[in-house]
This record gives sequence, C-alpha cells and structure tokens, in this order.
Amino acid sequence: MSGVLRISAALAWRNLWRNRRRTTIMLAAIGVGAWAMIFLTSLTQGMVNEMIRDGLSVLPGHVQVHHPEYRDDPSIANLIPVADSELEARFGSAGFRDWATRIRVPAVISSERETRGITLLGIDPARERNFTFVDLETLDGRFLDDADDRGIVIGRKLADTLETRAGKRVVVMSQDPDNELADRGFRVVGVYRANLPSYEEQFVLIGKNTAQQFLHVGDRVTEAIAIGDSFRHVEPVLGSVRVLMQDDPVVVNAWWDLDTYLGAMLPVMDGFVLVWVIVIFLALSFGLVNTLVMSVFERVREIGVMLALGMRPSAIRWQIVVESMLLLALGLAIGNALSFASAYAIRDGIDVSVVAEGMEMMGASARLVPDLTVGNVVLANGVVLVLGFLASLSPAWRASRYDPIEAITTVQ
Amino acid sequence: MTAVRCVDLSKTYRQGDQEIKALDHVSIDIDAGDFVCLSAPSGGGKTTLLNAIGGLDRPDSGEIYIAGERIDTLSKAELAELRLQRIGFVFQAYNLIPVLTARENVEFVMQVQGVGAAERRREAEAVLEEVGLEGMGDRRPAEMSGGQQQRVAVARAIVSKPALVLADEPTANLDSTTSDELIDLFTRLNGNHGTTFIIATHDRRVMSYARRLVKMLDGRIVDDIRQHAA
Repeated sequence: MSGVLRISAALAWRNLWRNRRRTTIMLAAIGVGAWAMIFLTSLTQGMVNEMIRDGLSVLPGHVQVHHPEYRDDPSIANLIPVADSELEARFGSAGFRDWATRIRVPAVISSERETRGITLLGIDPARERNFTFVDLETLDGRFLDDADDRGIVIGRKLADTLETRAGKRVVVMSQDPDNELADRGFRVVGVYRANLPSYEEQFVLIGKNTAQQFLHVGDRVTEAIAIGDSFRHVEPVLGSVRVLMQDDPVVVNAWWDLDTYLGAMLPVMDGFVLVWVIVIFLALSFGLVNTLVMSVFERVREIGVMLALGMRPSAIRWQIVVESMLLLALGLAIGNALSFASAYAIRDGIDVSVVAEGMEMMGASARLVPDLTVGNVVLANGVVLVLGFLASLSPAWRASRYDPIEAITTVQ
Repeated sequence: MTAVRCVDLSKTYRQGDQEIKALDHVSIDIDAGDFVCLSAPSGGGKTTLLNAIGGLDRPDSGEIYIAGERIDTLSKAELAELRLQRIGFVFQAYNLIPVLTARENVEFVMQVQGVGAAERRREAEAVLEEVGLEGMGDRRPAEMSGGQQQRVAVARAIVSKPALVLADEPTANLDSTTSDELIDLFTRLNGNHGTTFIIATHDRRVMSYARRLVKMLDGRIVDDIRQHAA
C-alpha cells in the first residue's frame, strides 16, 4: 500500500473515533439494519422453503412422469403406458434419493352421514414413508402397512366432516378405465394430521395394489416421482428421468412446471429479498450520508491543510470513502454477528401457531425455521457496501473540491 | 540564484459592490537562502502574495517563478505536487492534524511523498529534536502548548527539506518568549540548511530578524529594505 493510501486509512480510522457517540449510534443503526436484512430474510426464506417442501412432499416430488393427457384430465383413463413393475425396476436402479409410483385419481368418499369429493392416492407406504406429508407421530390409528393394505387413511379434517373415525367404514367411488363405476367399502385404519389442514381435507390414502385392483388397472399407475438432494437443483434428476423414459410416450416435468404457484415462490422470494435489503439500506443511507457530511464539515480546515501541504484531491476522496467503508464494515460485522446469533438461538424454529390460520392460507406451516443462506448474507453485505460506497461519493467529492485557502481560514 | 520571481502580479477580490486590489502590479525577486519578511497592515496584500507564491492562489495577471519554473500556469494537481516537493508551510493557527501524534504530523508530508517508514521515522525524530521537541513525538496536538504545536508545524514544514518555507503570521498566537524561540529556530534553520524563508507578519520582532524587509500597502510594495538581522 502506498504512503498516501496508508495515511488515508489511518486518518479514516482515527476520524471515525473522533466523535465516539456519533460513530456508536451509526454503528448501532447499521448493525440493526444489517440484522434486519439478514435475519428477517432468513425467516422469510425459511417460510418459503417450508411451503415448497410441504408442497413437494405430497404433490410433484421434484420430477414427475405422466401420461401426456393426464395433466389436462387426471382420470384413471390416462395411465402411464409402462407397467408399474417396469417403472419400479427403472427408477430403483437410477440412484435417486427417493422415488415412488402412485395412482392418483379424483374420487368421492361417503360415510353414513356425509359425502365429499377427494383425491385418492394409491401408494406403496414402504416407499413414501420418508417424505409423506402425513405426520406419522400424531396419527390416530395406524398408517398403511404395505401396498396390499385393505384399509384407508384419511385426514383429521375430512374425518370431522364425514363424522367418522378410525375403525369405522367408508365407501369410495370412482371410475375405472372403461368409464364404469368402481366403488368399494374401506375400513378407516388411521386418521392423520398434516402441516396444512387443506391436505387433511383433500388427500385419502390406500395401498397401491389395492387401488389397482379396485380401479381395474392391472399393473399400471398414473404417476412416477423422483426426488433429488435439493428442490433448488433438480436438473440432474430431471435429466436422468428423461433418459429413463426417452422411448415412452410420456411427459416428464420438474416440480415448478407442475405447480406454478410453488415455482413462482423462488424468484418472488429472491426479488423480495433484494427489495427488502434495498429499502432498509435507503433508510440507513440517510444516516450514513449525514454522518459523513457532518464528519467532513467538522474538519474543513484539516482538509484544507492537507490540500495545502500537497495531498491530491483524489487522496482526500479516497480517505472519505475509506472512512465510510470502515464504518459500514464494522456495522456489518455487528449485524452479521447478531443475525447468526439470532438464527442459532431459534435454530429449531419458532411456533407461529397463533397466526397459523393466515400462514396456512399461503401454504406455510405453523413452525418458522430460519434459513440463513450464504447467498442472502452475501447479498445483504454486498448491497450495503456497494450502495454505501456510492452514497459516500458525494461527501467525498465535496471534500476534495474545497479551496485550500478558504478551508484553512474557516472558523470552526 | 533566484528562489522566487514575481512579475507584475495583480489580484482583485470583489466584496459586495466593492473591488479590493489585493495585489497591484507587484514584482519582486527573492534570492535562494534569503530570510524575507513581508509586512503590511491587514488587507495590505502580504498573505495574498504569500499564497500566490505557494501555489495556493492564482493571480489575475502576472507571472510567478519558483527556482526558474513558471507556476502560475500549472494545473491544480501540478501545483499540489509542487507544494508537496518544494515548499513548506507554517500557518498562523498551527493547523496540525488533531488525530495524528506530533511525529505522525511531521511524517505526514513524507508519507504523502512516498518515503519509506524507517526513513520517515528517522527524519521525523531528528527534526523534532532539532526544534526542541525530543521525546514528545507521541503526543497529540491537544496535549501540547501553542508554542510546541507551532514547533511541530515548523518541523512538518522543513522535514522534507524544501527549498522554500512560507510562514503566515507564525507568531500571532504565541506569547513573546515563545515567539522569540520560534524566530531563533527559523534563523537557525535558515543558517544551517540554507532554506529560503518568506514570512508574512506584523510582528516587529520577527521583522527585526529578517535580512530583507518588504513593506506592502494596498496591494503594492512600498518599501524593500536590506537590513542586518538582530
């Protein structure tokens, strides 16, 4: 570092502590601002992640395979034109983190008191146990034992509507591929709770093999799903499934194609974070610019002396910018430390059940777990440093334009 | 050899509707190694002339040469470089940088010049000793008396061995004893290093030490006396 840069940096650092109270207040403001940017963003990020994970666990997985007509008409007529045993063999050998094949069709369920429209899922519980939306710990009764289980598992909310419970019988009606009525009586073996009450109302689970018999579809299913390591990076899984199904007349979609609401969450979240960070910075910038302007104004004479002694205006500008950057860097260090500490303190999540009704409308769960991502920390710090640099240019420019004679004779 | 040459300098300021001639066709040559006092009542033009010679102010007309190089046509950056390398300044109000220690203030000019840390420190210690501030290098200006601060300012002005030192009312804020010590210091430095001193002052004691006394009035040189220093 040249002599000018070194002396400028030393002067900037010492000038910061010249007015300790002002610098302390500004550091507190920047620290709290950075904390608000990072920590509150992590909470929002955590909420969005939860919404997406909840959505993906029951609906699309990360990648799904369907008959080309199924998305327009999700009926039992639009089965995947490949035997289920063949699909299981292909997916089983592909090395996905998780995978499953299912039957999913619209149906009607009746108790002796009420009738409701539902989505009937025929699943292999051994495959789906790891990522099901059903909370197995709070299950009233039992979960399905296997794909041949002859019982039915329904949600708590549906059970309330049907005025039924575990142990009682219900009737499920749907259509078979020949458009003939298919109906069957099931004993309710379990009543589940889910993060989202809407799931409890909509999804009814039976064994996959039982569903195939009941709906007269033989060894066929309506969808196959694969799950990779992260819902943010499903391209490898998508590519693998496409290769697996390349010779068959099916469509392969990533989750964001199948659920555009969830798919829109990620870019919306990224945009929200950026806007949030910038709005907080704008509030901070008034304090920052004011601090720098006051700091420059208080040492007009000193700046005049430095200019008179031969310091170039560019070095004066550099000194003010360095001062601003030091202030911001210190404030950010405080804000980052506060954010990490806050996120660590509630790493297991906080219960927001008081407002859960509102959260559920957005598809979020009642437990908020912060997700402190490197990307968001870098974004908040980057925005503050870059915009702080820009905000410091005006006072720096003003300082470098002083006339040395006028500055030296300024009475302070 | 001529250290400073001013040729027909004029400078007019406007104050409201009134025009003030701070310099009115001033011409003067100052020899290298001379000890010159510019004396004038307030508003007589001595500080304006000093600032013009130091490249801090530009005349409306006329020419200024430092060691034979014309400076009134230089850019701001070139003037800054000229001041940095060839001119030392001593101001009336000391004008030390308050967040730096005495030694750091003295090192300041050398640091901007790009002199290495070890050499800077060595030179600064030597000059502080020369101005009688041995062992006070770690004090901040606020911890020093006015006389001591002005000595630091002198040390800062001479440490990079400039050919020319310009001092504007350097004793105005000092008591008589401290003023005498400072004048002693100036004459000693002038004698030891051959540095040219130009001092704007109304202090008669300073004038009595000068080898050349230039009197100004209303922006004009009205008397130019060679004298034996006290």
